[in-house]
Amino acid sequence: MATTTAPKALQTGAGTFVGRPVERPLRRTIRRFRRHRMAVVGLITILVLIVLAVIGSEQTALKQSLAIANQAPSPEHWFGTDRNGRDVFARTLVGGRVSLAVGLVATLFSALIGTILGAIAGFYPRADLIIMRVVDVFMSFPTIILLLIAVSVFGPGIINLMIMIGLVTWTVPCRIVRGQFLLLRESDYATAARVVGLSDTAIVTKHILPNATAPLLVYISLGVASAVLIEAGLSYLGLGVQPPTPSWGNMLNAARSITTLERHPWEWIPPAAATVTFVLAVNFVGDGLRDAFDPRGSKDS
Amino acid sequence: MATYIVRRLLVAVPIFFGITVIVFLLLALAPGDPVSAFIRPELRTNEAMRAAIIARYGLDQPLPIRYIHWLAEAVQGNLGYKAGGVGLPVLDTVQRGFVASMLLMGTALLIGIFVGIPLGVLSALRQYSKLDYALTGVAFLGISMPSFLLGLGGLYIFGLVIRIFPIGGMVTAGAPFSPFDLGAHLALPALILGVGYVAILMRYTRSSMLEVLGSLYVTTATAKGLPNRTVIARHAFRNALIPIITIIGLSLPELVGGAVIIETVFSWPGMGNMMVEAVAGRDFPMIMGLTLVVAIFVLMANLLTDVAYAVADPRVRYN
Repeated sequence: MATTTAPKALQTGAGTFVGRPVERPLRRTIRRFRRHRMAVVGLITILVLIVLAVIGSEQTALKQSLAIANQAPSPEHWFGTDRNGRDVFARTLVGGRVSLAVGLVATLFSALIGTILGAIAGFYPRADLIIMRVVDVFMSFPTIILLLIAVSVFGPGIINLMIMIGLVTWTVPCRIVRGQFLLLRESDYATAARVVGLSDTAIVTKHILPNATAPLLVYISLGVASAVLIEAGLSYLGLGVQPPTPSWGNMLNAARSITTLERHPWEWIPPAAATVTFVLAVNFVGDGLRDAFDPRGSKDS
Repeated sequence: MATYIVRRLLVAVPIFFGITVIVFLLLALAPGDPVSAFIRPELRTNEAMRAAIIARYGLDQPLPIRYIHWLAEAVQGNLGYKAGGVGLPVLDTVQRGFVASMLLMGTALLIGIFVGIPLGVLSALRQYSKLDYALTGVAFLGISMPSFLLGLGGLYIFGLVIRIFPIGGMVTAGAPFSPFDLGAHLALPALILGVGYVAILMRYTRSSMLEVLGSLYVTTATAKGLPNRTVIARHAFRNALIPIITIIGLSLPELVGGAVIIETVFSWPGMGNMMVEAVAGRDFPMIMGLTLVVAIFVLMANLLTDVAYAVADPRVRYN
């Protein structure tokens, strides 16, 4: 009898204490995010880029015609044509599709590995020792060099790129998740869950992991940007996405020739501008997300 | 202090061996066949010859034994020979690349330190002023701007449109060596590599400085009647520098990574450029040698950071 009435009393008590209806966390997050003007602009920019990437026509992007190679922008070819006479505008759109797909899949993969290893490290002190040494080795080494070694062994290509980027960037989400686990492993509600007899798996997935959602989302948003940059860098070097498939990175590869860089700027400026715009937009969104998720709500009235 | 350094060295040792094991394994498992490189193409099917070479170079040994052989040679400076061509020793080539890379990264680092830290201090002293907001905006751009696209843009604008910088390489081919020539080639890549660094150091210096300025001993120093200048320089700035040392150390691997692509953009003959070439040409002895040198460099940099940290902050030493 007493146990059924107590929570009710507490609820009403809390309600009166706050003095206004309690806002759901999701709504509060959205409200705070919308106040970040640059973050909203960034989000819209990203959506526009995604729509453009989706509507790009692969057929046009791959159609070669050497008769019209290296032509400057014109009404037929808005961004001109490249050295194989392919339409640069169509290639930028389709290239965006490839670059964004690589970035997103690679980051999700990295978040998955990182979350699993981070959770194990944060929950079992013995595994922690080993996993954190591995993290140390990875983190003390420049990402791009690790990737170059991986490319030399496994070869370039879209799928390889997604896997390899995931395999070298998992240390960041791993540390984020581990940090949350170390913080919450001994918390009262985790202990309570253990006392009630919940299994380790249930405590981990239902009670501790949800707390890492916010930092993980921020990581994923920023991670996509850095994965897109890694793809751009590797493909620029000719070691990423292989032609004829366009990506922002391998379109930039044309700029390795000084002649193209100087005489045909329309061949490399569109993918370069697209990459920069995307990365900047993501950074604004990431910034906004970080503030919006901050439970302390420093800017909240 | 000596014990502290020794302890840090001991921590670095397993990490170093970890890196060598990973590199060795990756390259041992790499597709492709090292034996074929030793046999003339028309004799490649000759099984007896194959077996002889495999036995002679110990390729029939189990992996751990091969690893120890490789490591034993490596620590004596024998990193093998470049694949293809006349077979130059890897070590000589890597050494030349190392010097070029250090010149580029060192300059970028100095630009970062001597521009970023003062701007960060200024930003903190004039918090919420127009200058502070402007610097914050610039820093945001500097941090999120990918250095290699900045490199391409810089090369295009300053090397090709308005030709005030040479378009690549380390010296003008054929010209006698002069520091001016080297400086002109170095300026643009070093500036571009340094931009992100300036931004990062500025942000961290600003927040570290603000934190220290709010602390009680700074208030005490001011209350004692010390001139503002002394309080800032002696009490605040020196303490604000402590976390900056860590940031500099932690970001060194990223500096090496950024240099890889910038070197390629500007055809700077450093280790990054060599690495890209080696990977494209599947020159495995070169890849292993370069990786080893980068690993040693990064570990030494981390060690130096820790030591510098201990020198700057006595609390670290005695814990």
